[in-house]
Amino acid sequence: MSSVSLAAYLTLALILFCIGLFGALTKRNAVIVLISIELMLNAVNINLVAFAKYSINPGLTGQIFSLFTITVAAAEAAVGLAILIALYRNRQTVNVDEMDTMKR
Amino acid sequence: MLQNSWLIPLFPLLSFVLLLIFRKSKSEGTAWIGVLLTGLSLILSIGVWIAVWQGDGIKVEGTWFEIGERAITMGYEVNPLNALMLVIVSLVSFLVHLYSKGYMHGDERFPVFFAYLGLFSFAMLGLVLSPNLLQLYMFWELVGLGSFLLIGFYYFKPEAKAAAKKAFVMTRIGDVGLFIGMVLLFWQVGSFEYDEIFAAVRNGDISSGMLTLTALCIFVGAIGKSGQLPLHTWLPDAMEGPTPVSALIHAATMVAAGVYLVAAMYPLFQASETALTVVAVVGGVTAIFAASIGLMQKDIKRVLAYSTVSQLGYMMLALGASGYVAGIFHLTTHAFFKALLFLAAGSVIHAVHTQNIDEMGGLWKKLRLTGPLFLIGALAISGVPLLSGFFSKDEILASTYADGRYGLFWLAVVAAFMTAFYMFRLFFLVFTGKPRGDQSGVHESPSVMTLPMIVLGVLAIVAGYLNTTWFGTFLTDYLAEGPVELAHGDHHGPSWIPIVATGASLLGIGLAYLIYQKGALSRDWITRSLPGLSNVIYNKWYVDEGYDATFVKGTKGLSKLGVLFDRYIVDGLVAAVVSAVQGLSKLGSRLQNGQVQSYGTFAIFGIVILLLVVALTGGYFT
Repeated sequence: MSSVSLAAYLTLALILFCIGLFGALTKRNAVIVLISIELMLNAVNINLVAFAKYSINPGLTGQIFSLFTITVAAAEAAVGLAILIALYRNRQTVNVDEMDTMKR
Repeated sequence: MLQNSWLIPLFPLLSFVLLLIFRKSKSEGTAWIGVLLTGLSLILSIGVWIAVWQGDGIKVEGTWFEIGERAITMGYEVNPLNALMLVIVSLVSFLVHLYSKGYMHGDERFPVFFAYLGLFSFAMLGLVLSPNLLQLYMFWELVGLGSFLLIGFYYFKPEAKAAAKKAFVMTRIGDVGLFIGMVLLFWQVGSFEYDEIFAAVRNGDISSGMLTLTALCIFVGAIGKSGQLPLHTWLPDAMEGPTPVSALIHAATMVAAGVYLVAAMYPLFQASETALTVVAVVGGVTAIFAASIGLMQKDIKRVLAYSTVSQLGYMMLALGASGYVAGIFHLTTHAFFKALLFLAAGSVIHAVHTQNIDEMGGLWKKLRLTGPLFLIGALAISGVPLLSGFFSKDEILASTYADGRYGLFWLAVVAAFMTAFYMFRLFFLVFTGKPRGDQSGVHESPSVMTLPMIVLGVLAIVAGYLNTTWFGTFLTDYLAEGPVELAHGDHHGPSWIPIVATGASLLGIGLAYLIYQKGALSRDWITRSLPGLSNVIYNKWYVDEGYDATFVKGTKGLSKLGVLFDRYIVDGLVAAVVSAVQGLSKLGSRLQNGQVQSYGTFAIFGIVILLLVVALTGGYFT
């Protein structure tokens, strides 16, 4: 096993998270925003797995937890897409800028 | 009798209240309420006076409230000085009530006028009965209120309104002086009671500097009320009020309150040589100053008003020159003959409907009663022998001379000459010569008006015999029983004084006769020879203009500055705060744009900042 350090994993997770965050905050298309959120969740998964291996008492808890996360993320993506489709039917758009009903 | 003396002021108060209730009444019978109730006051006052004359006195007081261990009391006191004042005030008030019944005939607010007269009489009688300075001060202000209401009785005339305001403001300046003096005395003595103040003065509990200061402060109050220089300007303007008011308030009673105040606080003044000198000098200068203005006035009431100022100056001069009795004596005689003169002037005005003496003339034959009565008043005030003014004026001159104030003595003699001159100028212009105006409807006044004048006319002749060297000095003996220790000594001066005084007044009368009756001297003889001086005198020494240029303009300038400060600095500050809050809230509302993404951005930035802070400071994890 090549020795990849914890820092490398964490850096990768950080980069992924930042890309996801940037996408979630700046993209106009709601589908891309959802994908970006998935990216951020995956960054978290990398963190969980990395800590499961490199923490003071290594175990499987982190890895199993990441499986749960993936499951929940899949469900979330399904619900999110469903909402998006409902919204599209309602307003004929998936542009996030036009979804400002919270202001009123 | 004495224990009922507290009722004296209450009758006019009752009249005030009753007449206020009937103020809408059109009936002129309402006047009898006032006449009757002041008549009761008069009867009671005379009773009290007789009792005091027999050597009685009374002082009743109860605690009003307590401050710490000091009790503030209210009550009434009768001593020789205020018993005399009670009679003067209630008598003149009664006669003026009666006179007003005729004079105010047909006025729309007839009952209101009598209500105000009642209020004033109540305040004045209460002032006189006060046993302490605090109570005196309250009535002092009430008297000022009565005067204000009555000067402004014709409130639809702008001059009357302005005069009322002026009187109120000018006397208020004096009142502040009185108030400061009162507070200083309370601080030094711990009481407002006359007796305790005098006791402290006698025991030397007050330092001499403080004595002088308090005496002068109280004198400032007297200056304001009595129209002395430099606060005299309100009194001539007060002539805008109805003439009976001028007779009652601005000749006989209220303006004499200043003299009364100095007399009532006399032991305080006696203890300070400086204060006495100030009183004497202010009085003497006022006497000649006002007399000089009286020489040139054209309005019959204004001549009398300046004459009042001048005579009040005489009284102050007497008090300042240790002539306590002389001052009170002149106060008494002056109350009678000046009230007479004003009522007579009112009768003339009632007949010819003008106050300008240039439009009168030749009224002697038409006003068969008013004419002789006016002549009696003029002779009395001029100091012609055997009338009341002669004795009191002579006594003032004598005490001034005996006190060693020779400069003021000669000033007073010149003022006496001027007094005689302007009074007879008035008399000749009004009553003799050819009529200079429309006099078709002129007739003598009704008997309710002439009767009070006759009573006052008799008093103006005989009041002088209260205190003469010939028949006995009743008044001196009477006042000697009061709280004031009279300086014993020869106050009758050299025997040439009465001759000089008589000479001065006869000279004045003669000169007036030559100029205005015979025409032997041209009328504008003085005006032509001294144009500058006579112009200054005609314009009342430009005192009003001077005050206008300094105090009035100064105050206005100051208030303009205040307006600028308020508009640009105070308002500017407020506007700055407002716009700051507005800008902040605009920023806030721009942040709330409904975009989930921007909310997310702000949240992230917030977290980043928090983390940075924790990382840089170490937080409290370490």
